Amino acid sequence: MDYAFVLSQLNEVFPMAIKESFGSYGCETMVVEKEKIRDIALHLRDKLGFVFLTDLCGVHYPDSDLPFAVVYHFHNLEASLRFRLKVFLTAEPFVETLSDIYLAANWMERETFDFYGIDFQGHPNLIRILNVEYLDYFPMRKEYPLEDPTRADKDDRFFGR
Amino acid sequence: MSNEKTTIIQPEDTDKQYNTLNLGPTHPATHGIFQNILKMDGETVMDAEQTIGYIHRAFEKLAEHRPYYQVTPLTDRLNYCSAPINNFGWYLTVEKLLGLTTSKRIDYMRVIIMELARITDHIICNSVVGVDSGALTGFTYLFQMRELVYEIYEEISGARLTTNMGRIGGFERDFSKIAYKKINEFLKKFPKVLLQFENLLMRNRIFMDRTIQVGSIAPDRALNYGFTGPNLRAAGVDFDIRVSDPYCSYQDFEFDIPVGTQGDTYDRFCVRDAEMWESLKIIKQALENIPEGKYYMDEPGIYLPPKDKVYSQMEALIWHFKIVMGEAGYPPGELYHSVEGANGELGFYLISDGGRTPYRLHFRRPCFIYYQAFPEMIKGGVLSDAILTMSSMNVIAGELDA
Repeated sequence: MDYAFVLSQLNEVFPMAIKESFGSYGCETMVVEKEKIRDIALHLRDKLGFVFLTDLCGVHYPDSDLPFAVVYHFHNLEASLRFRLKVFLTAEPFVETLSDIYLAANWMERETFDFYGIDFQGHPNLIRILNVEYLDYFPMRKEYPLEDPTRADKDDRFFGR
Repeated sequence: MSNEKTTIIQPEDTDKQYNTLNLGPTHPATHGIFQNILKMDGETVMDAEQTIGYIHRAFEKLAEHRPYYQVTPLTDRLNYCSAPINNFGWYLTVEKLLGLTTSKRIDYMRVIIMELARITDHIICNSVVGVDSGALTGFTYLFQMRELVYEIYEEISGARLTTNMGRIGGFERDFSKIAYKKINEFLKKFPKVLLQFENLLMRNRIFMDRTIQVGSIAPDRALNYGFTGPNLRAAGVDFDIRVSDPYCSYQDFEFDIPVGTQGDTYDRFCVRDAEMWESLKIIKQALENIPEGKYYMDEPGIYLPPKDKVYSQMEALIWHFKIVMGEAGYPPGELYHSVEGANGELGFYLISDGGRTPYRLHFRRPCFIYYQAFPEMIKGGVLSDAILTMSSMNVIAGELDA
């Protein structure tokens, strides 16, 4: 099994769902419609042997039309094949959960919600995981500064921070 | 005798019979700052819920504001029991971004250190499993050996726990004669002590009764829960990134991947124990076959110039400044690179936009993912088994909370 086979299979079962596919640094990436992510994940797990969800995280691209992305890394252990799957989301980000397909996704989705405010619909317990409950913003979004910008005692402009 | 009947008042809701027990956040048995809220029926655990995040330090946000060189100290503090693996994992990621292939000598040097780090991590985990089952003696034996490894780190990098070892494109200095002497001394002393430790616990009736069939997990559940590393191999899945996606010249070495069958605490203990012997094998092979050559890649603009030139030549000073400040010019790109950390697949998902800092850096921390399975593994067991299960899973709070 190689990536071309996976891509052709997915294209056959989910026509028009895959918007883009490209490789970078030895890992193929496909961009898919967010409505299809659950069906694609189920197909990947049950039909194509991608039983392992390595990683799930969010990315913020504030200047883009679809400013949020959720990045999934799937792994087929038998074929030793990994690939990356991305969905792009609007400024009010939501996407369906994978936490019942891959139990590993449960906390990773909570973490992504915690830091980016991405709503994983159907998640059983979507609450903050690493930050305090009463935090009223999503700290990994690019508009939030690392430190309190009103501090006068610290000037780190020249040190790349 | 009165005619009064004695009545036994039954609780209306059976739920009220359960007790809630807080295990943690600062409990000696959790070996780190995280909380487990257990629902207990007498001694039996009926349900559990974990609360984490007590030492969250916002590493991913910090990494977006730091030049690549300054991210390394952050990786130290993920799994601080095997900090060099995290350091080199990060360097390998950046080297992949730069398209840099390191020489065999650098790879072998890194392999030696990474396997030493794996041994120290397993020393901590296994001896603590012994402590939690009531056998303190093995712990005192093995921890002396950990001290020897920390002296090796100290000789090579100057630091002991959070090593910040090496650089992008090599090492800051070659292994000294003393370092080789210390490594050889460790290789000579450690097998004897490990054997003593094994004799204490491996076939010990009490230890076996405490650990066999305790906290077990089936391989398909383990995969679904995202288990990696020794915990997954104890469940019987022979997945090891050193073999499936070799990095850092691991394909040059002969070693076995120990696997378990039951996925219980005893198997996790045995897999870690066998992995220490395999690591020793790898270190010996690396020491025998280490080629001569430079301990750094001659890539101006990536590897820092030598200090004496920085103080005497203007070009070197400029390069030094540019590299440290992140102005060396990293290409835009997006990549995922993973290494076999001591407790699982440690991954770095890096997006670079060509700027001086990473645009986005996500750490795939193994124990953050597999710790989710903890309630399922302890349900129906007794409290003391829950504690043993937790320590045998090797949950490191620094990595859990990033």
